[in-house]
Amino acid sequence: MHATFKRSLAAIGLALGAYAALVPAAQAANEQFFPLATYRVGAYASSGIPVWAGMIDYLRYINEVEGGINGVKLVWQECETEWTAEKGIECYERFKNGLNGAPVAIYAPNGAPAAYALADKAEADRIPLITLGYGRTEATDGRVFPYNFPAMLTFYSEASAFINYVAEREGGLDKLKGKKIATVYHDSAYGRETQGPLALLAQKYGFENIQIAVADPGNEQAGQWRQVRQLKPDWVFLRTWGVSTPVAIKTAARFGYPVERIVGDIWASSNEDVLPAGEAGKGYLALTPYPGGADFDIHQRIRQYILDTGKSDLKDPKSFGSVYYNSGLVNAAIAVEAIRTGQKKFGNRPLNGEEGRWGLEHLDLGDARLKEIGFLGLMQPLKLSCSDHEGGGAAKVQQWDGQQWKLITDWVQADRATLRPLIDAKAAEYAKEKGVTARDCAAQ
Amino acid sequence: MTAIVPRLTASFDEAPLTLVRRRWRPGLLSLLLVAFVGLPWLGSDYWLNAILIPFLVLSLAGLGLNLLTGYTGQTSVGAAGFMAVGAFATYGLLLRVPGLPLPLALLGGGVIAGLVGLLFGIPSARIKGFYLMVTTLASQFFLEWVFAKFPWFYNYASSGTISAPRLELFGHNLATPVGRYLLTLSCVVLLTWVAVNLVRSQVGRNWMAIRDMDTAAAVIGIAVERDKRMAFAVSSFYLGIAGALWAFAYLGTASAGSFDINRSFQILFIIIIGGMGSIAGNFIGAAFISLVPILLSHAGQWLFNGNVDAGQLQNLQKVLFGALIIGFLIKEPEGLARLLGDLRERIRVWPLRF
Repeated sequence: MHATFKRSLAAIGLALGAYAALVPAAQAANEQFFPLATYRVGAYASSGIPVWAGMIDYLRYINEVEGGINGVKLVWQECETEWTAEKGIECYERFKNGLNGAPVAIYAPNGAPAAYALADKAEADRIPLITLGYGRTEATDGRVFPYNFPAMLTFYSEASAFINYVAEREGGLDKLKGKKIATVYHDSAYGRETQGPLALLAQKYGFENIQIAVADPGNEQAGQWRQVRQLKPDWVFLRTWGVSTPVAIKTAARFGYPVERIVGDIWASSNEDVLPAGEAGKGYLALTPYPGGADFDIHQRIRQYILDTGKSDLKDPKSFGSVYYNSGLVNAAIAVEAIRTGQKKFGNRPLNGEEGRWGLEHLDLGDARLKEIGFLGLMQPLKLSCSDHEGGGAAKVQQWDGQQWKLITDWVQADRATLRPLIDAKAAEYAKEKGVTARDCAAQ
Repeated sequence: MTAIVPRLTASFDEAPLTLVRRRWRPGLLSLLLVAFVGLPWLGSDYWLNAILIPFLVLSLAGLGLNLLTGYTGQTSVGAAGFMAVGAFATYGLLLRVPGLPLPLALLGGGVIAGLVGLLFGIPSARIKGFYLMVTTLASQFFLEWVFAKFPWFYNYASSGTISAPRLELFGHNLATPVGRYLLTLSCVVLLTWVAVNLVRSQVGRNWMAIRDMDTAAAVIGIAVERDKRMAFAVSSFYLGIAGALWAFAYLGTASAGSFDINRSFQILFIIIIGGMGSIAGNFIGAAFISLVPILLSHAGQWLFNGNVDAGQLQNLQKVLFGALIIGFLIKEPEGLARLLGDLRERIRVWPLRF
């Protein structure tokens, strides 16, 4: 037994050692590496595939039309995470030292489990993590989380924007009193994140806060929607993900809950979420920081240079301009603009993680700059700083008409000032548990 | 019973034959030397964090399950549930008992997991086979639900995740990749050593007798029910420590979702592919399950970089991995440990065949 054990271990060691020798040697170049931690297989692949297409198309556009970021070409490589923490760690470790000498400035873990698992590792390696529309909300406090950027819209802001939208529809925040608002959520770290802010807002505005959990993966929800029918809430906030979204919409229809009273969250807001629900999805509302649609300025450019020349990563042209495709564009644009910002200080060369963080913390995308890069209307103005790693905090509400999304509001702003003490308290608690000393932002 | 007729027990201190020859094993010693000194010194962060640590933890989890399933014959699909108990118990001990050193917290987590295992092992007195498997399935879902439902277990964190409060030993910081690797390796080596001796002892022989035929085992005077419960407890102790290491030495964070039914299946596959009732099989199985997909992914990247559609490439790797598993199990249903053992015998007499 022992002999088998040691010999087999030795054989495995030899095989892997031989493999390691095959990895090509490094060479320096004027290139910036964009690691792509993707999920093209598994339960969430249908959501992921258009996101990667959006990211790759934008990076390709920057390379081929604009000649890179101030002359620095972008290179990228994919690594499959299957939306799991362990594969996410493997990909991160594979990529963190760059690719053939091209350094990593910003890393997108693309998946909540990986984002949680990488938070400490990335801080130790000084690589900023950007988690757009997911991830640890406390990381908004950049003093405690120097390398985590839940940019644009955290789950807290999302909850607040939802409540503000409901107030808009009901005729004012004072009309919320006595209303019943139910949250049907995916029972995971992602789904539970809005419980804190909704409880706080319920206390402040006096609405009844009902929480209904859907266990992963959520392809059977009769119990949950029976409960919804019994409680008769005025609004339902649908915080599902992947296959559980179309199932929720269909089951709601089966139990007779009106679809125009259901507001999906960021991760339940794309064409891929409502198309499988068919006729039942008509009238469904969704919050999103990157609305669907292919008529924004950037889409004209990408259509002209990438899509029509056959260089797009998109397999299904119908997904062009879908919410997830657009989220890929926005994700890539934030990273590119942060590197551009960093280059102003460090020179027009590839940046490392620490320099990338400087770029992110000094990112200031006003309407003028958004117009220049073609993202006006698609992306909200975004200003990050040392103490505020979220920036924006607004979402638009869109409605599905059976064919496509129609935007029905402008940016609905979250009440960030009300939620910030909650975030600061969570961050302070984390700092205490982990023994982290908060940075002094005045000194930065 | 043993007190009345001590001569009839299977203790081998008066046995006429030397059952195990004790000798120095230079190969094993040098392997340990490489693992403890060479790898931390030579290995990059990628090797330590992404390959060696998960491989070791999965081997330990496989070992835990193998004691129950491979040695005692009690099939369980609840392995991940007991890993969760170990992880959450260790976290709770570190958080709520100030000044508790890490090894004691790990041990405590393992002991608590062992007690929970003992509890879920009680039905094994009455039911067997597939029916027992269903009760372990219930324990899996129950434990997962407990750690998602009651916020006390994850210290009321908004996201329901736990993260290691402090990883230090005698003032040394173990949060570095090398520190976490050495912590994992030490636990795995120590527990493997214990397991090797355990399965050779009277307890292990009782377990194997129960596995081979529990009626016969009862007839020769083995306390079948007690030994089955003990197997559940010891197995859960191992799984609990593996779970704590998975959460804190590897991921750095965990939630109930990290220990779902898929993790249980993964560990069951490790022992099926590696070899039931074999200590080495756990390591081989864990290497196969955790390293082959990574190898395939690197190979795919290296061979077809950019030329083949990325989505198809990922799916192709899955197909290839599945085909490999089927192929190996057809070739040798007793697992890779047996396959490698046979290969060694063949090489020993090569080019002749006996």
